[in-house]
Amino acid sequence: MFAIFKREFRSYFNNVIGFVVIAILLFFSGIFATALNLLGQSADFEYTLSSLMIVLIFIIPLLTMKSLAEDKRNKTDLLLSSLPLKSSEIIIGKYLAMVAVFAIPTIIMCAYPVIISAFGIMYYETVYTSILGFFLLGCALIALCMFLSSLADSQVVAAVIGIGTLLLLYLATSVIQLIPETPVASFIALCATALLLSGAIYLLTKNLNITIAFCGLTIIPLSMLYMFYNDAFSNLFPNIILKLALFDRFENFVGGIFDISAIVYYISITVFFVFLTVRMMEKRRIN
Amino acid sequence: MEGLFLIEVKNLTKKYGKTTAVDNISFNIEKGKIYGFLGPNGAGKSTTMNIITGCISATSGSVAINGHDMVTDSIAAKSLIGYLPEIPPLYPDMTPYEYLMFVAMAKGMDKLSASMQIRDVITLTSLEEVKDRLICNLSKGFRQRVGIAQAMLGSPEIIILDEPTVGLDPKQIIEIRELIRRLGQMKTIILSSHILAEIATLCDHVIIIHKGRLVANDTIDNLEGKMDNTQKLFLTVKGETKAVAKALAPIESIIEISQIPSESEKIIELELEILKDKNAEEDIFFALAKINTPIVRMTPHQPSLEDIFLSLTDETDFDDDENEIDFIPRENESEKASEEEEYKPLFSTKTKDEEDDK
Repeated sequence: MFAIFKREFRSYFNNVIGFVVIAILLFFSGIFATALNLLGQSADFEYTLSSLMIVLIFIIPLLTMKSLAEDKRNKTDLLLSSLPLKSSEIIIGKYLAMVAVFAIPTIIMCAYPVIISAFGIMYYETVYTSILGFFLLGCALIALCMFLSSLADSQVVAAVIGIGTLLLLYLATSVIQLIPETPVASFIALCATALLLSGAIYLLTKNLNITIAFCGLTIIPLSMLYMFYNDAFSNLFPNIILKLALFDRFENFVGGIFDISAIVYYISITVFFVFLTVRMMEKRRIN
Repeated sequence: MEGLFLIEVKNLTKKYGKTTAVDNISFNIEKGKIYGFLGPNGAGKSTTMNIITGCISATSGSVAINGHDMVTDSIAAKSLIGYLPEIPPLYPDMTPYEYLMFVAMAKGMDKLSASMQIRDVITLTSLEEVKDRLICNLSKGFRQRVGIAQAMLGSPEIIILDEPTVGLDPKQIIEIRELIRRLGQMKTIILSSHILAEIATLCDHVIIIHKGRLVANDTIDNLEGKMDNTQKLFLTVKGETKAVAKALAPIESIIEISQIPSESEKIIELELEILKDKNAEEDIFFALAKINTPIVRMTPHQPSLEDIFLSLTDETDFDDDENEIDFIPRENESEKASEEEEYKPLFSTKTKDEEDDK
């Protein structure tokens, strides 16, 4: 695992990608910090981080695009799978390398509050917990985008899918408000989501039985619940999406709250997508 | 059986959707030999090799490396194998040295023994001059050698090379063959190639795959021996075609005669398919002597690996038992016929002798 980590980490700096990612993050964090904290005379570094989330949407897919798609093009996936390593070691090695690259600008950012403190009073506890939250958000996004990279055959496709998905997640909370609060609307939205998920499952597994089983197991209980507990459905879908929204979870940190549930949520998202990527890699051997 | 063979492949089948790439292949690999994997393009060589090395999984069947099953005990099995896939799996942004260091570390070696072994491997594959240049700037030949070097790291028991000499210049090919031969004294090597001469000079044992099925699995000597059931004879005589055909017709040990167009009209060139050990040569001599037709030249043709390969891979219909090889000579050799214009069959007798001989 360490060999994979070392190689991947170095490859980000043999290549411009690593430098570009770090430079862009530092550039924008610098601009935001100057505008909001120094010129805006505010001690809340959290606002800077909150603005930086938009940059993450474009930077994270750039970082992850080559992680698995490149191996397919170079045919180095054959080398990796012929080495005496487990799939999980390979994927975790790659994942940690990306996290390490992302950690570099995050660590540099830790110096900003110290600089800003020269001009006013800093609440270090809240600032550093929100930097931790920001880092964990980044880790979760990296895991999600790495999984998307494992689906794509080329880096460009991986990057485009990644940016699209992250943008959708970012805008999800605004889009959700378009859905009416009535129970019917939530029911329809949930069924549509179930169908979309089944479609995704079919594309990934090519197994019709699993797809139908998943579809049945979600839609039938949903319909039954809808019939018996009609009221519970009002505004249910927007609430679920708000609970799942990756980016919005970060707002609690901005508000100065140390949100344990958000941290647990980010870590579980990370574990879930790393696990999915491992499964994808193993599945590719079968096909 | 366990422990007897280094690699045991049992009833291996690999299906891609509805197409069957590898169809129920079984064979064993013994220690210390060089094996040749032969087959036309798309025969399933690379797929089989990918399954043996654990890069892809089989639809059914099993592979065991020195008793370690590739599915249930894959780490132990994989650590016994060095593999060079068809396209060398290289990272273009690394130098060969860095790349080899990465592979050595990934194979679980410590830094000291890794650097010592890398030095040896670089010397063996003559990579000294390029070891600090980026792989993306290397020529195909050097890349291939880096790939072979990578397979040799960690001193695996088995080295599997998928078409190792493709894309090399003749001098490099000779060097690589020499390297493989040297490696073969210490290790078990499986080598795939469609260059028959290469297999014939390097390998002790040949496995021929065609359309995903095993058509032959034997030593080169045995394969040639089996082919010797019938033999080809090139005959050049001075005389009339009709008279010669008439004189040769009664000889039972001749299965088939075809005429090769010759330069002069008086000289007839014939290609004969005869049964071995039936004194056909003598019969032909006396028959032609009787009609006063001088034999200018009579050359027996030793079947090469190429003939065996062509005759086995041209059989599109298989018997139920894939290990039984059909040695009935082919009626027309399409490739040679096109080279030498047309063959004119004078007559053809499918004799009972042939059946008896088998």
